[in-house]
Amino acid sequence: MDISSIVMPVLILGIFAWGLYKKVDILDTFCEGARDNLKTAVELLPTLTLLMLGVGMLRASGALDALTSLAAPLMQKLGFPEECLPLALLRPVSGSGALSILENVLNENGPDSFAGRVASVLMGSTETTFYTVAVYFAATRVKKSRQALPAALAGDLTAFALSALAVRLIFK
Amino acid sequence: MIGYLLSFIILAAVVCSVFGGTAQQVSAAVISSGADAVSLTLTLAGAMAVWGGVMRIAEKSGLTKNLTKVLKPILRFVFRGLDRDSRALGAIAMNVSANLLGLGNAATPLGIEAMKQLEREEKPGERASLNMIKLAVINACSVELIPTTVAALRARAGSASPLDILPCVIIVSVCSLAAALTAAELLEIGDKHGH
Repeated sequence: MDISSIVMPVLILGIFAWGLYKKVDILDTFCEGARDNLKTAVELLPTLTLLMLGVGMLRASGALDALTSLAAPLMQKLGFPEECLPLALLRPVSGSGALSILENVLNENGPDSFAGRVASVLMGSTETTFYTVAVYFAATRVKKSRQALPAALAGDLTAFALSALAVRLIFK
Repeated sequence: MIGYLLSFIILAAVVCSVFGGTAQQVSAAVISSGADAVSLTLTLAGAMAVWGGVMRIAEKSGLTKNLTKVLKPILRFVFRGLDRDSRALGAIAMNVSANLLGLGNAATPLGIEAMKQLEREEKPGERASLNMIKLAVINACSVELIPTTVAALRARAGSASPLDILPCVIIVSVCSLAAALTAAELLEIGDKHGH
């Protein structure tokens, strides 16, 4: 058994124990949080449907395969699985789009394959950059966000480059 | 923007299917995509509900507040030039705590509040201050401790150990955040010399 599979149960045990100690109403509080997140998931569904439609059609048409095989020689030189390129391109732009591509990669290559793991790491360590920067500055009177977007994209690029390297180092 | 992107994707798919002779597969994809989206949402909804419930207990029992206290000294190092009892720093600490725990719903309003507070304290006018840029950058990089959504999708695809990617995710997250913050600092120096 590896350490990462113990993290979740221990964390949950700790939180419940602390909640009991602090006399939190476990049932009501849990349901409140679960209800809020279920609502969010349902609100996500319409966008996700449109994105699944687009990604599904693109994959079925053979265009996605053409793009990946076109980029394959370059990607192989960089040591990056070419199956993950569409994910890396879409990730900063659309969260739901990235989710549907991730699902695609996991199903086609298997979750425990090299490509499946790199896609998972990439997804787990990045955010919808363009959307986030836009939302955060929209609430202020700032008109020039200056280096915010380039700096955040530098972070994305780092994650892009390191995800394959990290998977290779940890899963030999 | 996403609308244009999707229209372009669909256009590309249709053109490719005509020339590649894959019209049949594309039709099938149109029909199944709705069901795929619903079943994906069900998986996500389940994981999100469990995590939302657990984390609400953490919030109510004061764990988030404790985390905020721990984070403040570290954040003071990143967000420089704020007053000792700056309200913005408190708001930033709450935003980062919520992000670490994967409380996306709570993190965004807290972060926007922190952004407004920074604007009040620093009065940057129309050009964003460095601290505002850093706050946006931190939120645009994922700082979630446990990637629950990804784990749920991996479990659904039949992974033997859905969370075995955790060490990789943490390493990559930390490095990309460090790179993004460094880029923000470096570009600030360049900006000052340019003016």
